[in-house]
Amino acid sequence: MKLFGHRLPDMSSLILWGLLWEIVGRLGVTFFIPPLSAVFVTLIEIIGTPAFLKALGETAYAFSVGVLAAVVIGVPTGIMMGKSRLLDELLLPWVNIFLSAPLTALVPVLMVLFGFGMKSIIITTALFAIWIIILNARAGVMQINRSLVEMARCFGASPLDAFAKVYFWAALPEILSGVRIGVIRAVKGVIIGQLLISIVGFGALFELYSANFLMTHFWAVLIVLFAMAFSISELLAYLERRVSYYAAKR
Amino acid sequence: MSQISLASRQAAKPAAEIAVRTRDVSKNYGSVEALKKLSLDFPRGQLTSLLGPSGCGKTTLLKIIAGLIPPTSGEVEVNGKTVTGPGPDRAFVFQDFALLPWATVLRNVAFGLELRGVAQSEREDIAAKYIRDVGLAGFETSYPHQLSGGMRQRVGLARALSVDAEVLLMDEPFSAVDEQTRRKFQEDLLTLVANENKTFIFVTHSIEEAVYVSDQIAILLPRPSRVSEVIRPTGIREKGTENIRRDPEYLDTVDRIWASLRSYVE
Repeated sequence: MKLFGHRLPDMSSLILWGLLWEIVGRLGVTFFIPPLSAVFVTLIEIIGTPAFLKALGETAYAFSVGVLAAVVIGVPTGIMMGKSRLLDELLLPWVNIFLSAPLTALVPVLMVLFGFGMKSIIITTALFAIWIIILNARAGVMQINRSLVEMARCFGASPLDAFAKVYFWAALPEILSGVRIGVIRAVKGVIIGQLLISIVGFGALFELYSANFLMTHFWAVLIVLFAMAFSISELLAYLERRVSYYAAKR
Repeated sequence: MSQISLASRQAAKPAAEIAVRTRDVSKNYGSVEALKKLSLDFPRGQLTSLLGPSGCGKTTLLKIIAGLIPPTSGEVEVNGKTVTGPGPDRAFVFQDFALLPWATVLRNVAFGLELRGVAQSEREDIAAKYIRDVGLAGFETSYPHQLSGGMRQRVGLARALSVDAEVLLMDEPFSAVDEQTRRKFQEDLLTLVANENKTFIFVTHSIEEAVYVSDQIAILLPRPSRVSEVIRPTGIREKGTENIRRDPEYLDTVDRIWASLRSYVE
């Protein structure tokens, strides 16, 4: 976007929305919306506190273990589904069902199966992320140029070599976009897990602040969370652009 | 490196010897007969073209020889050994080049050796030599999408040469490059056949190309495919690359092949 001949940086429209927030907050329309400036002041206050750091640590742990599990299991599963007709027939219906299912409704079942601790939260996170990762890795493998596969066979590739040196790289653009969407879903998963299963991490902070009508605190934590989710997604989008030079030419 | 020159010297044997032989090869796709009892000999150190109208199964035959597709019946022998799958004695040049788009020219050319477990420095030395041979020196660190179609096929050719297979299988290698590049390729191919002492099996749908580059032309007729005729142009090769296209035998052979194929072209 251009204004008075100057190119504005991306997302400068956020300033406008921030101003609107500030005005609405100052007018005192509702206790639910405190001024944005007050939110930032609170944000700086709480960001170094032990309670916040503990919440951050717990959430980051559950999130990263959950996402890692989803990637480590999801990518090879998707690649194998793309390669093997039989496996695809067996698993695809389940992947599609879980992809569109309201997973939140499954959380109570997970609690019964895996208890009320971190384990259930991690599994919830992984469950939110894994299906789209599988589906995208599968799609990536299915669009591989046939002659690349024949080339690998012709020059004597072992199944492991073909997997690591051809299939994985050829599917990488799709795999990365699957991981990016999966990560965004995992943010949902980890917060839902923390709210429903055991009140820990950011979930606990949300619960504490909203129950006590500490709205500036509530918004401050929410902004931190949004910013982190957005940064991770942008980082993955950057990686995706790094491989896009060959995405169109496989 | 020394192993390679040794191997090519060992391959230098009398020309009449048969390197690849297909015996009664048939291939059915369901009820469709793609190939029917096809028997053909490919002399060592020579270039044999498989020529025919589209859908005549010439690429199918090439892939059966490569070991990529199993024949329904019959067998293929390379140096007297029956083919059961792909092997290091055969290398393939693909119509659409089949390069790894995420790898540099150097890694692409060395990829066949990489799959065979050759150490990195050794395989890159070998690859660099063949990159020079095909005229791509200076492009080692380029990526395929930065190259023209003709240059990409040179990469595909260098990859096939660098594994030093005795038999080179080429599936319409020049059909995706422009006319001028194709002529240059055809001239280079003649030099290659003369120097490398490998057996070339070359699929094409161009009559002129087949007559220009071949020692032996197998004409395949479709539905089901069988060999209708084997033509061996004799006096063309000595004329030199510039004069072949004006040679009366060249022109007569092109005409003769067209006469026998024209009724099969819609």
